[in-house]
Amino acid sequence: MTAIDSHSTPHDDHAHDGGHGHSEYPFLAHHFETPAQQFDSGKLGMWVFLATEVLFFGALFAMYTLMRAKEPEVFSFASNYLDTIMGGINTCVLILSSLTMALAVHFAQRSKKGPLVVCLLLTFLGACGFLVIKYFEYTHKFDANLKWGPAFYQPVVENGKPLGAPEAALVTESTPAAATAGSPLTVNPLIGKPLPAEASSIKRAAMGPSGLASEDAMHAHDAHGHAATGDHDLAMKTHVYNAQMPVNTHRFFGIYYCMTGLHGIHVVIGMFLIGWITLRSIRGDFNSKYYTPVDLVGLYWHIVDLIWIFLFPLFYLIH
Amino acid sequence: MSNHSHAHAGADEHPLVGHLVPLWILFATATVLLVLTIITVAVRYVDLGEANIYIAIGIAGVKATLVGLYFMHLKWDRPFNQLTLVGSIAFVVLLIWFTMLDSKQYEPQLIRGNPTGVQTELGQKAPDAPIAKQNQLIR
Amino acid sequence: MTTLDATRPLDTRPSADNYLTHSRGVLSWILTLDHKRIGVMYLVSVLASFLLGGVFALLVRTKLLFPGEVSWMSAEAYNHFFTLHGAVMVFLVIIPSIPAALGNFVLPIMLGAKDVAFPRLNLASYWLWLLGATCVVLSLLMGSFDTGWTFYTPYSTTTRFGGVVPVVTGAFILGFSSIFTGMNFIVTVHKLRPPGMTWFRMPLFLWALYSTALIQILATPVLAITLSLLAVERIFHIGIFDPAWGGDPVLFQHFFWFYSHPAVYIMIVPGMGIISEIISVHAHRHIFGYRFIAFSSIAIAFFSFLVWGHHMYTSGQSGLMNVVFSAITFSVAIPSAIKVFNWLATLYKGSISLTTPMLYALAFLFLFTIGGLTGLYLGTLNTDIHLHDTYFVVAHFHYVMMGSALIAMIGGMHHWWPKMTGRMYSEFWGRIGCTLVFIGFNLTFFTQFMLGSQGMPRRYYSYDQLPGMAEAFKTYHHISTGGSYIMALGFVITAIYLIHSLYRGKPAPANPWGGRSLEWQCPSPPPHDNFKVTPRVGDCYDFSVVRWDEASNGYIVDRSLDPELNPNAPKRKGHH
Ligand SMILES: [Cu+2]
Repeated sequence: MTAIDSHSTPHDDHAHDGGHGHSEYPFLAHHFETPAQQFDSGKLGMWVFLATEVLFFGALFAMYTLMRAKEPEVFSFASNYLDTIMGGINTCVLILSSLTMALAVHFAQRSKKGPLVVCLLLTFLGACGFLVIKYFEYTHKFDANLKWGPAFYQPVVENGKPLGAPEAALVTESTPAAATAGSPLTVNPLIGKPLPAEASSIKRAAMGPSGLASEDAMHAHDAHGHAATGDHDLAMKTHVYNAQMPVNTHRFFGIYYCMTGLHGIHVVIGMFLIGWITLRSIRGDFNSKYYTPVDLVGLYWHIVDLIWIFLFPLFYLIH
Repeated sequence: MSNHSHAHAGADEHPLVGHLVPLWILFATATVLLVLTIITVAVRYVDLGEANIYIAIGIAGVKATLVGLYFMHLKWDRPFNQLTLVGSIAFVVLLIWFTMLDSKQYEPQLIRGNPTGVQTELGQKAPDAPIAKQNQLIR
Repeated sequence: MTTLDATRPLDTRPSADNYLTHSRGVLSWILTLDHKRIGVMYLVSVLASFLLGGVFALLVRTKLLFPGEVSWMSAEAYNHFFTLHGAVMVFLVIIPSIPAALGNFVLPIMLGAKDVAFPRLNLASYWLWLLGATCVVLSLLMGSFDTGWTFYTPYSTTTRFGGVVPVVTGAFILGFSSIFTGMNFIVTVHKLRPPGMTWFRMPLFLWALYSTALIQILATPVLAITLSLLAVERIFHIGIFDPAWGGDPVLFQHFFWFYSHPAVYIMIVPGMGIISEIISVHAHRHIFGYRFIAFSSIAIAFFSFLVWGHHMYTSGQSGLMNVVFSAITFSVAIPSAIKVFNWLATLYKGSISLTTPMLYALAFLFLFTIGGLTGLYLGTLNTDIHLHDTYFVVAHFHYVMMGSALIAMIGGMHHWWPKMTGRMYSEFWGRIGCTLVFIGFNLTFFTQFMLGSQGMPRRYYSYDQLPGMAEAFKTYHHISTGGSYIMALGFVITAIYLIHSLYRGKPAPANPWGGRSLEWQCPSPPPHDNFKVTPRVGDCYDFSVVRWDEASNGYIVDRSLDPELNPNAPKRKGHH
């Protein structure tokens, strides 16, 4: 330790102009001493922000865990209505856009303007692709009234009739199985025959893939010749009348839209951020000395990817 | 901070701050991530009972770790930045852990069947639906 | 190197060019990136909200003078008023008061930095605060809300008053305002510390702000998402919190208190930091147990996340978790007590100046001890069953939130007022104001302990029907309301002499109290850039280098006496 204030020494003579050799680094803000300090601050700030994002989604994951622990049958039933292939493609799209983002940071670090801009544009395209696929997924479900809360129990009406509503002859209370099982829910109106008693009991978690309700319903339609095409669509649209639907199934879709929707909002925000740094890259703002915004937007974009990496199996890959 | 000397790897080729991750690591990471995605989708069609969800979560955890370590440069980052991510996840685990402990405890007291709002809705919109008979009050 | 000695006194001469005069015009304020101006804008906004919340409180207290129905305030209006009082005071006043208003002003100066790490984010934080406050006002126009500040479901998802969604939107936005402040402080403390200032050289106020920032970062997002889900549930009935749609109201309380218990520490921990500063400066004595106080701030931040369930003993939470949360709750008492004992030890044999800030600090010690100890009754399972949702709870948290957090904030405001404004306020009226607030506060809330332990429920509009107790309750309520008027008078006097000081106050010296940390080594008011060069610092609680300077009518820090900065300084005993 020395009595000399070594820190201020080299700068003191030009301290009046807010010195610290800032002229060498035009990007250096006045309250930072060195580019490293500025970079580290930005990076730490971003990580702290990402921590808030983790907690933000964390509460939703907590909610998911609780709901699933309480009603596993809802999740195994309802996840069949989600399109695993579309979800899988979306996962790959996000991973690839994460890759291009990481590449963008790499090229920014090496002052390669051309590849940087190309990578950012590819990342932007990836974000667009993700949202387009998501849009088709959502509209597909909306058409079938696979929505939240009350809307979930609104039968889909086609040709003025509720789709999949049982015939008058199929009124369920009169079947003997209902009386013996002690539960009114023992007839699948789409199949038209009594179900095994355990199939209608509340706990359905153990049913496994053999209990894939929508597929059952689909086959039933084949047997009755009601619908030759679009079986899966029909099963989706007639979910209200599906005898195997557990109580509270609407909650699955409630949290599905909450979590994927919030994630989608983050993707949209990410698109704005990527667009912004793309424009700045085209302007030539970034090089090996200064690329902090690219790095930070990159971190944000990776956490969006990271959250999707968990959302995908939790919603699409369960049974 | 001047760039002369080497024609190829001048100062412009090296970041002034931060860590430059080689291209091959980035591509390798992405490849592994894509392969893991295909695996996890494939496992979905194999019935392993309860194990399915744990495998899926485990693979997701591996993928997330890869993204964090290589795409997000955490492997070479400052310890406090690493701690920030791990710490925030720890607090999420805390939230899930305590609420789960509690909800498991009071779960047996919950009434099963359609909640009142759902029941009313069904009564108006689809009284014939089998689910409409799952009233809380019937049980 | 001749004049660049670390021991050279820093320039404390008042200058015509300071942060207040650096640029002019309304735009230069609302678009400023200067942490000092943002701090001042926050202070003004927070105090305006305090006035609003105070008026609501007085309306509620005035109604309670009458046991039965009154013609001028319906039961419904009463519900709105106490709800608004709570929401305004918590979200608009206490949470931002110390970190965003005083912390913003003081933190970078204490670090010898020119600004916080992210000045734009800082301004964004203030604008988000304004936006959030606008939402709260909007909710008044859209039917207001009567849910209590806790927004418990299912009531909040079903109440017919339409102000719920706008107000939770407002709280969501205010949450992000708070998060941005926290982000800024964490990074600033990590990256902008001056040479010589290691972690254990930081003024304790910075430790407190740092701990607070950690809580803000980790807890606030959960509130944000919870309130969003509440709004979504109310509009779309997704079945998350409302049992009518299969939701779980206990889960809402888990999420809400995961934020809102740590939020109590967002309110109180920075207040504790201020008290550490005031007590050591105004007792002119090295803070006792520096490391204990510093670590106890971090410990409080950590423990605060483990005890949220103590708000839910009677809400349907399971017996197991009741026991777990009750047990952990007691552990929070330890770091809090450590702080109190260290403050007392600092005062012991100190040469105490009974200035207004010191009076507020002493009031804090008294009130915080009562607030903390009564918290133990509420953390105990069996007593809480009796006391839950009674005035005992109201009294307890007012002792903590108002008697401690807000009193510390007002004490800190007086402490740094000369620095912020460059003017001295009237010490005489300051003492009068503090005394009135202290007496009024205790009259108001100590009686509420009695009310609560005898069974008066909180949030009740009338109490004339309570069997056999109406008369006794009436007496207590009268004392309580009378106390609130005295307290209001104290605050009015405070407002008057503070505003008066802006125009007629004596010019403040750079160091009116004998402080040692860096903010007392720059002019009052500070210049735009705080310090021309980042100063090297020594032990910020070593008051032996502080001496009275007749010429400037204030204290000066003689850096040449500091062995940290000058190895040739004369050795003195009692310092390491
Ligand atoms: Cu608490």
